[in-house]
Amino acid sequence: MSQKKSRGGASAGDDADELSRSPLQAVLLADSFTLKFRPITLERPKVLLPLVNVPMIDYTLSWLETSGVEEVFVFCCAHAQQVKEHLQDAGWTGKPAAREMAVKTVESHDAISAGDALRVMYGRGVINGDFILISGDTISNMSLKDALQEHKDRRKKDPLAVMTMIIKQSKPSVLTQQTRLGNDEIVMAIAPETKELLYYEDRADASHLCVTIDKDILASNPTLQLHNNMEDCYIDICSPEVLSLFTDNFDYQHLRRHFVKGLLVDDIMGYKIYTHEIHSSYAARVDNFRSYDTVSKDIIQRWTYPMVPDVLSFGNCHEMKLHRQGIYKAADVTLSHSAHIGANSVIGNGTNIGEQCKVSNSVIGEGCSIGKNVLIHGSYIWDNVIIEDGCKVSNSLVCDDVHLRAGAVVEPGCILSFKIKVGKNVVVPAYSKVSLLEKPSNEDSDEELEYADTNSAVTDSPPFSSMRNNADHPTVESEDEDLGASETGTSGVLGYIWASGDTGTQEEWRQSIAPIPKEKLQELQHAIAVDDADGSEEDLNNRLREADHDNDSEISVVEDDDYTKFEKEVEETFQRALDGVHQDNLILEINALRLSYSLQHADCAGAVFYSIMRSALVAAQSTTESLLKATADALTKWRDLLRNYTKTVDEEMEILLKFEEMCQDITKEFSALFSKILPYLYDKELVSEDAILRWAEEKANADESDKVFVKQSDAFIQWLKEAEEEEDEDEEE
Amino acid sequence: MPDVQPLVSDFVLKLKRRKVEGSHAVARQTAELLRSVVSQHRMGNTNQAAALADAIRAVGEHLIAANPIELAVGNIVRRVLHIIKEEDISSTAVGIEGLSVTAVSDDEYDSGNDDRPTLSAAVLASHARNTLRAPSLQTLLDDIPVSTALSHSASSAGDSDGKTGDKSLKTRKLKHDVIAAIGDLIEEIDTCYDQISEQAVELIHQNEVILTLGRSRTVKEFLYAAKEKKRSFRVFVAEGAPRYQGHVLAKELVEKGVQTTVITDSAVFAMISRVNMVIVGAHAIMANGGVIAPIGMNMVALAAQRHAVPFVVVAGSHKLCPLYPHNPEVLLNELKSPSDLLDFGEFSNCMNFSTQDGTPLLDVVNPTFDYVPPKLVSLFVTDSGGHSPSYIYRLISEYYSADDLGVRRMSSS
Repeated sequence: MSQKKSRGGASAGDDADELSRSPLQAVLLADSFTLKFRPITLERPKVLLPLVNVPMIDYTLSWLETSGVEEVFVFCCAHAQQVKEHLQDAGWTGKPAAREMAVKTVESHDAISAGDALRVMYGRGVINGDFILISGDTISNMSLKDALQEHKDRRKKDPLAVMTMIIKQSKPSVLTQQTRLGNDEIVMAIAPETKELLYYEDRADASHLCVTIDKDILASNPTLQLHNNMEDCYIDICSPEVLSLFTDNFDYQHLRRHFVKGLLVDDIMGYKIYTHEIHSSYAARVDNFRSYDTVSKDIIQRWTYPMVPDVLSFGNCHEMKLHRQGIYKAADVTLSHSAHIGANSVIGNGTNIGEQCKVSNSVIGEGCSIGKNVLIHGSYIWDNVIIEDGCKVSNSLVCDDVHLRAGAVVEPGCILSFKIKVGKNVVVPAYSKVSLLEKPSNEDSDEELEYADTNSAVTDSPPFSSMRNNADHPTVESEDEDLGASETGTSGVLGYIWASGDTGTQEEWRQSIAPIPKEKLQELQHAIAVDDADGSEEDLNNRLREADHDNDSEISVVEDDDYTKFEKEVEETFQRALDGVHQDNLILEINALRLSYSLQHADCAGAVFYSIMRSALVAAQSTTESLLKATADALTKWRDLLRNYTKTVDEEMEILLKFEEMCQDITKEFSALFSKILPYLYDKELVSEDAILRWAEEKANADESDKVFVKQSDAFIQWLKEAEEEEDEDEEE
Repeated sequence: MPDVQPLVSDFVLKLKRRKVEGSHAVARQTAELLRSVVSQHRMGNTNQAAALADAIRAVGEHLIAANPIELAVGNIVRRVLHIIKEEDISSTAVGIEGLSVTAVSDDEYDSGNDDRPTLSAAVLASHARNTLRAPSLQTLLDDIPVSTALSHSASSAGDSDGKTGDKSLKTRKLKHDVIAAIGDLIEEIDTCYDQISEQAVELIHQNEVILTLGRSRTVKEFLYAAKEKKRSFRVFVAEGAPRYQGHVLAKELVEKGVQTTVITDSAVFAMISRVNMVIVGAHAIMANGGVIAPIGMNMVALAAQRHAVPFVVVAGSHKLCPLYPHNPEVLLNELKSPSDLLDFGEFSNCMNFSTQDGTPLLDVVNPTFDYVPPKLVSLFVTDSGGHSPSYIYRLISEYYSADDLGVRRMSSS
């Protein structure tokens, strides 16, 4: 009652306000324009994927309806037909009288990004007031009232405040530097008084713990708060100008990376973005498999109340009942007496669970049948899945109509797309993605765009004569063959196993459903410990030194490993040279690299030397003789190149230092040969005796550990000294 | 029916989204909705009462399913069903007396009693009363064994001419009566506070110390009424975590000049020895005299019992629920969002599932209600006066008819 009253009161008060006269509109992007949910999204749009047995878009739409939005434009791109059909079935469209909120679909097949979508919306000219921009995979229970009011008040004072962004506090993990939703931590600078957003970086280079902020920002704002504990909810209240801004800047694609950053950098137009922080209410976007897992658990733990399974039942979903320990069961579930359902589980309608099964922290959809002795842990099983006796599924996602034959094991982090069949006793290795559809080859991974693949909504399964595996997964294949021999008919996995090529194995564990393995955590922990131990002071000095070099307007805390990057690139360039690029071109390229990284000549010498030695190491066999020989060959071959960079004693020194460093850290193979290679360098006139002697002098005062190589080549240095003295004497004579 | 469909679905949605909460608001709005359902209902020629009851049941089923925790919805639906039955019988009885004809076709009756013969009006009226009343020794004794001597053929076709005009009048009358009765019900819901508050002076004595938990409008009005009658007393308000409605109540009481002390919920046991009476509100009163009340109430009741302090529950009659708490249909509790208890941001790193083994280590449970068993309640104060827990079943049989208890079951059969 009170809620109702306050709502009524607010709208009555708003009547004076001209802005509020137009009905509140929302643009819902029913396409994420990313590939994160591949291969599932090849067959079904992401917004229709069930989150705790309810399609994501239903959560978003019902939140919009609750927040008093009167008109929603659902922008469909990939699988537009499926989205439309769902909206019709779920009763969002078609019955305007029954609903306070009108849902309209806007279809466009050539939009490949959020930017395109908004440009299409602008073209339609249907948005005529403030609107809410949201993606169809956002779960929230926040009240928009305050944020809207703030936005409107600000707009009255300052028409340039075009957007209010909803943020929420959430601490990123210290270890992984990512939020609980699996995104990289976001660094935001916010003016504490006005809540204006001054800086936004979602791809902060976490490993170096530094950000670059424009000096003007610091100059023009007396106070500024830097947050790394904020989560972007991807709910934006926008003014109509936002649409025209997208149209004006036709290269804006991504809402955050291009639009927000673009506005923040651009001071000509002076548009401003503000933030609104929510405290007690919930908002999160399902962006990857990790956030799918996290948000599911949040829903089960009722943070999203009233968007929880037992309260919010949509038209075509069955009622759920909440039991103790967060177990949700639909009305018509057949549970064997000895089956054990653990905490935080959801069992959908018409599902049958056999004897001795153990289910924990999992969501099981409707109409599934699960045999005896099945272990399901931390997994998401969608509708009509058949799991036969003795299977084991942990921390994986199993889509509709999958069939696991007896004894199959699905290891953590797997994605089994629609209608996959897994044979008897087959082990699906961790982090594999299996689909009936082949991985599209023409992928363009840096833009992260979803293809409007109209043909991909395959409903009847293509004929399978035998199992098909990509060659790059020999493990499964071999197992299949074994089984194919021993079992009758059934074999392996029916479907393509997607190679985890584009994201890389590095990323795989970060954004999968499975928790990060213990070893990885230990690794990370170790890395941080090392960082803390030696990183702090030295890093700081480095940074300060490099910052001195930088004379432009940035208060830059330059990333300390620019040099390593440079070195890497030089090495790559060098590799190409080995394949036959001309030496002059090589020099040109290296010089260009040097300029782009704004490094000294001496750095170049070190890097080139490093590359040469690496190539020698690659060429050599394991024995020390061959290594020595390979080194000699390489040095002879590239002598001229190196000479280019060793024009002064300083640069020669750099080579020596580099060589020493290499011997200590990276390529220990050389350490034994140090004293042998050093004379060779001298012979080839790559380093002069001055350099060697100065190096020896410099090292005389160093630690014992640093002096290893000086001592090793003591004889040579002595000889050099004597030779010099002799020369001196000769001259005197 | 189609005319009210948008209204119904709108209200269902509101209930589902938890936009309407609290027994009073829910009860009132349900009654209003059902009144418009009745007024929109097109009366057929035969079996009007049954058809009307079915229409109410169909709507009621949706409403109850929309938010099973708001038992008041079900209560009001059953009350309306009871009203229809009552009005039907009384109009039939009147009709019989007016016509003084022996022949009445059985279709005005409950569809279940087809074989009931036509009898004299007096017998009929008494019988009708009996069907409404719960079986008791009294009614059993009153019950006159009826003979089935008169057959259905007695209601000959000959009198159909005389009945048609009368029938339309009767039809309108039934509908009108039902609407009027629902109007009375709404008024009753509105005035329940006054009715209850009238009894305040008899219960609250000079210089007494009253303890209450959380905020209940009924309790507030009750205390106001006592204050207005120049009683001077003192109130301990337990704040009622996690929603802290007690703070609001304390503010309101102070505005009225009541001496108020705010205590934490956990201090209740420490303070109870100084308290003369506990007065609390309820979410629902069950048929066995048990109470569903805001969380923490069971603890207060146990403390009161330990120190022999009277535990008084004040509640309007719309909170009387004819179901027993062990009934599987009754949803006793609802778990709300943990954000009432904890700040999500502060605890977000406890819920980072990527670095744990995937099982949430932190669980937050935020139940809304407590169940207080009848033996802990000393007195119920409703708009019809004070009752002991053991009398509640009797009170319920006055408001509801026994065969309406399962709204859903009836409609499906």
